[in-house]
Amino acid sequence: MRKYTPKDTLQKKAYYTDRFWVAPRVPRDEIKEETHFADVVKTLQKYVSESYVELGQLVLHIKPKDNLAVLELLRDKCGYAMCSELSAVDYLAQSGEFEIFYQMLNLTLAKRARVVCRIKQNESIESIVPLFKMANFAEREMFDMFGIYVNNHPYLKRIIMPDDWSGHPLLKTYPLQGDEAASWYEVDKIFGKEYRDIIGPENRDPAKVDRYDTQRFSRVGYEVPFGADPSVEAEAKEIEYSKTAFVNYQKKPKQLKKKR
Amino acid sequence: MQVTTKLTPFFENLNFEREGNTMVINFGPQHPSAHGQLRLVLELDGEQVVKALPDIGYLHRGVEKMAENMTYNEFLPTTDRLDYIASTSNNYAYAIAVEKLLGIEAPRRAQVIRTMLLELNRIMSHLFFLATHALDVGAMSVFLYAFREREYAMDLMESYCGARLTHSAVRIGGVPLDLPTGWLVELQAFLEKMPENIKLYEDLLTENRIWKMRLENVGVISAEDALSWGCTGPMLRGSGVKYDIRKEEPYELYGELEFDVPVSDRCDSYGRYRLYIEEMKQSVKILHQLIPMHEESEPQLMAHAPKYISAPKEEIMTQNYALMQHFVLVTQGMRPPKGEVYVPTESPKGELGFYIKSEGEPYAYRLKCRAPSFFHTGLLQKMLVGSYLADVVTIIGSTNIVFGEVDR
Repeated sequence: MRKYTPKDTLQKKAYYTDRFWVAPRVPRDEIKEETHFADVVKTLQKYVSESYVELGQLVLHIKPKDNLAVLELLRDKCGYAMCSELSAVDYLAQSGEFEIFYQMLNLTLAKRARVVCRIKQNESIESIVPLFKMANFAEREMFDMFGIYVNNHPYLKRIIMPDDWSGHPLLKTYPLQGDEAASWYEVDKIFGKEYRDIIGPENRDPAKVDRYDTQRFSRVGYEVPFGADPSVEAEAKEIEYSKTAFVNYQKKPKQLKKKR
Repeated sequence: MQVTTKLTPFFENLNFEREGNTMVINFGPQHPSAHGQLRLVLELDGEQVVKALPDIGYLHRGVEKMAENMTYNEFLPTTDRLDYIASTSNNYAYAIAVEKLLGIEAPRRAQVIRTMLLELNRIMSHLFFLATHALDVGAMSVFLYAFREREYAMDLMESYCGARLTHSAVRIGGVPLDLPTGWLVELQAFLEKMPENIKLYEDLLTENRIWKMRLENVGVISAEDALSWGCTGPMLRGSGVKYDIRKEEPYELYGELEFDVPVSDRCDSYGRYRLYIEEMKQSVKILHQLIPMHEESEPQLMAHAPKYISAPKEEIMTQNYALMQHFVLVTQGMRPPKGEVYVPTESPKGELGFYIKSEGEPYAYRLKCRAPSFFHTGLLQKMLVGSYLADVVTIIGSTNIVFGEVDR
């Protein structure tokens, strides 16, 4: 029987896990009263469904449709003037959702908060470009890597992968190795399928030297005419150096030493 | 999407509204002044840029994807290839993020060595910036002088870890090696020469008429724009916002060290150039303070956390349990607890942070590298508009972007 491989994740798995292994969790602290974080949660009470402090940073769970309102309140009322990062995490296999996070920074108090929301696979999210211009590139990258559509983005286009790429590389369903079509991608695109035999498969070893390749490489001392039949072993020739006025290559090294 | 055939080959669909007498030119991706594989599509009205579109991705290697399929220790050398001008700062940013997830702290001596390496890398990176920026603008000799000093710094890195560019000098939980004998003496000699070298660059550039003409009021970015576009590091401080993560959210030994955070409110390339010079002086000051700290610290180099980090070699070779732990950690990899972490660090280019989402597996469930250059490249579409074509190269140089971390 063929070995079973899960279709919803093609990523590498630990080859052995103890059957009684239960992963512990990083402690999630409650927000202490009368702190800056408590004020933030109070300001955003209407939107926040869950809030805690994880490793010194405030985490706020919100609904995806509120993202623009929450980030605007954070920026204008709570002093989080910079959004330092935004991206997504693929949870399609577990719950059919993407988790999107916005990493916020308050420069005056040096505090950081993370706004987290979850969207379904085919949902789109509102762009935060009107609030933070950095999202222009960051949301394009999110679209490129996960295929998450961002509404009202000024220029939603692939950013890192080529424009005509199919698939979104950071999905867990994205294969780790290319298939037959991928290995012939450039040849098919530029020359056409019929040229596969003439061009041959791609060489992925940049240091590869074919010593019998008479068209691109030559062996010193075994030179042959261009395009000569490589199956015939070439005869050894004496190496000739070009003569210059300054260096006599024919001199033996011993003589050179004497001169010093 | 255009359907491409042999007769209609693929071209980028560029949606420029062509009004009047504008011209579209393509800058890069193989342009010597583009600092790597940057492609800029510029729409010009005469010599003035009307619209700029940075196009990236020519150096994409899928680092974040690789992180999801490598154990935590396996991935560390890959981080070298992000900002390859200052590799140790990437290694460190990754290592500190994992350490925070694990809840461990590196021993004192490792912290001293790491802080030294970070500052040495900052000097190397700033020298590289100065050299290439000056070369782009047209000052050839600064390039030669700055690269000479960078060479000494790289020699120091080489005698510590054996590599000049891809250091991997930091491990999760500490550092692999103590400083070799005589290293601190060499460092001291390097530091003592540094102020006069910095003075040499300043004499060549700061009051230079041509340099000032090329840099003053070029690449102007206001504080609001800098915040909105996610600028960090010298780009943010060059716009008058005093925020240095080393000072505001101290990590490693920066809380104990005495240094100033230079700020410039000129908002232009010249202000940023002055900042880089001042930051090099501060790094020299920090390194001077770190030298005596090394002697005072205990010789332990790696944190003691048998669940996550292998014991020292002597223990592995003599004790059965340490050997078993080591075997499990090497074959399966460490399994951090479930949770997510984002740790910002101040790399020479700006805020470099790793977001790691762990599901308790030996592989990170998601790793996001927040690279400063990525956002600085995005800023180009705002900053270039209105400037002249001849200033484009100056502005790209002044943003100090490195494509290893833009494309990842």
